[in-house]
Amino acid sequence: MLTALLTLGALAALIGLVLGYAAIRFRLESDPVVDQIDKLLPQTQCGQCTYPGCRPYAEAIAAGTADINQCPPGGESTIQALADLLGRDPKPLNPEHGEHSEKTVVVIDEQVCIGCTLCIQACPVDAILGAPKQMHTVIAAECTGCNLCIPPCPVECIEIVLVRQTIANWVWPLPQDELPGKAGSAQPKAAAR
Amino acid sequence: MDQVTDTDLSDRNAASRFERLYRFHGGLVLPGHHEISTSLPIKDAGVPPLLVIPLLQHIGETAEYLVKEGDYVHKGQMIAAPRGNVSAPVHASSSGTVIKLEERPFPHPSGFSFPSVVIETDGRDEWAEHAHTLPDYRQLSRVRLLDHIRAAGIVGLGGAGFPTQVKLSKGPGDRIDLLVINGVECEPYISCDNMLLQERSREVLEGVRILQHILQPRDCVIAIEADMQAAEAALRAAVTGMADTGIKVVCVPERYPSGGERQLIKVLTGREVPSQSFPSDIGIICQNVGTTAAVYRAVVENRPLVSRIVTVTGAGVKQPRNLEILIGTPFSYAVEACGGYSDDIDRLLMGGPMMGFAVSTDEIPVIKATNCILAVTREEMPPPVAALPCIRCGKCTEVCPADLLPQQLYWYAHSGNLDAAQDYSLFDCIECGCCAYVCPSHIPLVQYYRHAKTEIWNAEKQKKASDRARERHLSRQARLEHIKRERAERLARKKRAVSGKDGAREAAKKAAIQAALERVRKKKESEGISQKNVDNLSAEQAEKIREVDRRRQHKHSPGEH
Repeated sequence: MLTALLTLGALAALIGLVLGYAAIRFRLESDPVVDQIDKLLPQTQCGQCTYPGCRPYAEAIAAGTADINQCPPGGESTIQALADLLGRDPKPLNPEHGEHSEKTVVVIDEQVCIGCTLCIQACPVDAILGAPKQMHTVIAAECTGCNLCIPPCPVECIEIVLVRQTIANWVWPLPQDELPGKAGSAQPKAAAR
Repeated sequence: MDQVTDTDLSDRNAASRFERLYRFHGGLVLPGHHEISTSLPIKDAGVPPLLVIPLLQHIGETAEYLVKEGDYVHKGQMIAAPRGNVSAPVHASSSGTVIKLEERPFPHPSGFSFPSVVIETDGRDEWAEHAHTLPDYRQLSRVRLLDHIRAAGIVGLGGAGFPTQVKLSKGPGDRIDLLVINGVECEPYISCDNMLLQERSREVLEGVRILQHILQPRDCVIAIEADMQAAEAALRAAVTGMADTGIKVVCVPERYPSGGERQLIKVLTGREVPSQSFPSDIGIICQNVGTTAAVYRAVVENRPLVSRIVTVTGAGVKQPRNLEILIGTPFSYAVEACGGYSDDIDRLLMGGPMMGFAVSTDEIPVIKATNCILAVTREEMPPPVAALPCIRCGKCTEVCPADLLPQQLYWYAHSGNLDAAQDYSLFDCIECGCCAYVCPSHIPLVQYYRHAKTEIWNAEKQKKASDRARERHLSRQARLEHIKRERAERLARKKRAVSGKDGAREAAKKAAIQAALERVRKKKESEGISQKNVDNLSAEQAEKIREVDRRRQHKHSPGEH
């Protein structure tokens, strides 16, 4: 009886020590779920979700204070990916936060720009180049299309343009002439999952 | 029996090598239709009035303009410089004036336009003077030769158009066992390599010797298809005419797609190129015969790639034949050179019937990757019929030369499950079209694979862009934080400095006052100055004076109270 108690007690103490050590040794600075959610978000940093950037929104989703359907730039595919990750049911995009649209970038009309630097301060990804009283310009390759630079502009010289389809980003269309529901009905869920 | 190991290959006697051929999985024996375009010799299509030369004619990076509107250019002058490693320069195909630098229709399945140099030719077709003539290539280093091949703008002329010097410079220290010169034109209708071998086998052979010099392979094989008798005869005659070439001519059985790089390697050596790797990883390099001839022209004649042989064929043209055609010549001009369209033309394709794509206009130019212009009638190539449901017959799996599971890929591509499609080796698909050809339900399978591939590439690009955006956002936040902290620190420092300075000044003032009082007091004492008229004061007055004195004392030395 006593041996058993001692053995179990010793075991419990040992395991407790190992666990305690592991908790310190392998301590994570941040919640890995937040990282995973953040990876799925489009990183537009537009704030349409009401959070000041993608990471804060990811933190809010992980904490359960925000829903998964608040990201208009990500659209359906992001909602689907988030639902898969978190094991929730996908839901349509909440229209309060905006509508999903094709990827856009902004362009500064350099004739009109007065060089006030307000847009530079607004850009979350440093995609606008310029200096006080010097012409500003957008680095199109880095622009995420968040449109945060538009409200501060005092002369309204920033315009939204659709990202042009080129040979580099062109996608072969799916065949058009197929009969409706053909493949989908033959193997609906098995393929989708 | 398909298995063969490395040691097998190297142990076998050199003489008997490549006498026994192997089979790749699947494939199809298709009606060739080669004879339509091989009855007439190669014709020089001449100089069209307008050349439209796109900046991108191959896989890789777009080249950069070197000319501006109004410039006069000579034939062979570089008009666009390569950008990055996997890129090739572009040369003017004939002499004339650059009239426009603009986007023009481009032979691509998307139908998009692409930045191009438009040259109004002057008909003189004058070559640019070359600064230097190249010495005998045998005297040149491998690096020099590769640079020269790059500067000549040579890309693979077999269809994919990968820059040739990139393929040749793969792994400088790596030993190349086998150089395969690919003359297996397995796709129906196309005969440009066949005609090139028939008429210019010497050029091809000289090119092979240059490649041998660069790569130093142990073996060298020129592979052609079994039905190219005339080409074989010409090639064998040329090989015998050259001393000690070490070049072997091998006829491979007709079976589509034996001209595919991986399939041809399998047929010749029995070895398989592993998934996600290149033939050079197993010591083999493949080059198309047309590319080889272009290498000869570049190295020996010092001529960049400004023309190629194109098969203009199909029942939709009056006089199908092969043309030696300048890069940038419009399709319409090429068809005109072959007698024009017949009345019942239905569609125009670039490439063969299996791997080519339909083009919507004949105003697009011939590019380096254009091996065939195919004008078909409705009878010879009926328009695609509506697809029926997949019945899982498995025929596609039987014919797949890459040993994939086409119907599985189809399900995943169709449902947008791109990860699963990749797990089923989507990117090993060579888009040969065998599966779609045999499909009893007429499902356009290859289009699904192409869709899935481009979708995946785009998703990868988006992922990269969002990762970069995240990084930029984080570094911006870190920078703002840093600036804020720095500003706060600076402010605090200033405040401290200011308060310290004030204190010092105050102290100095007080010290000065004290010193002045001290001086006055001393003066009074030394000069014996004392209060006057203080005699006969009443007690009341004396009290008042004492009070004033006290106050004065108090006021002037606040620190002493």
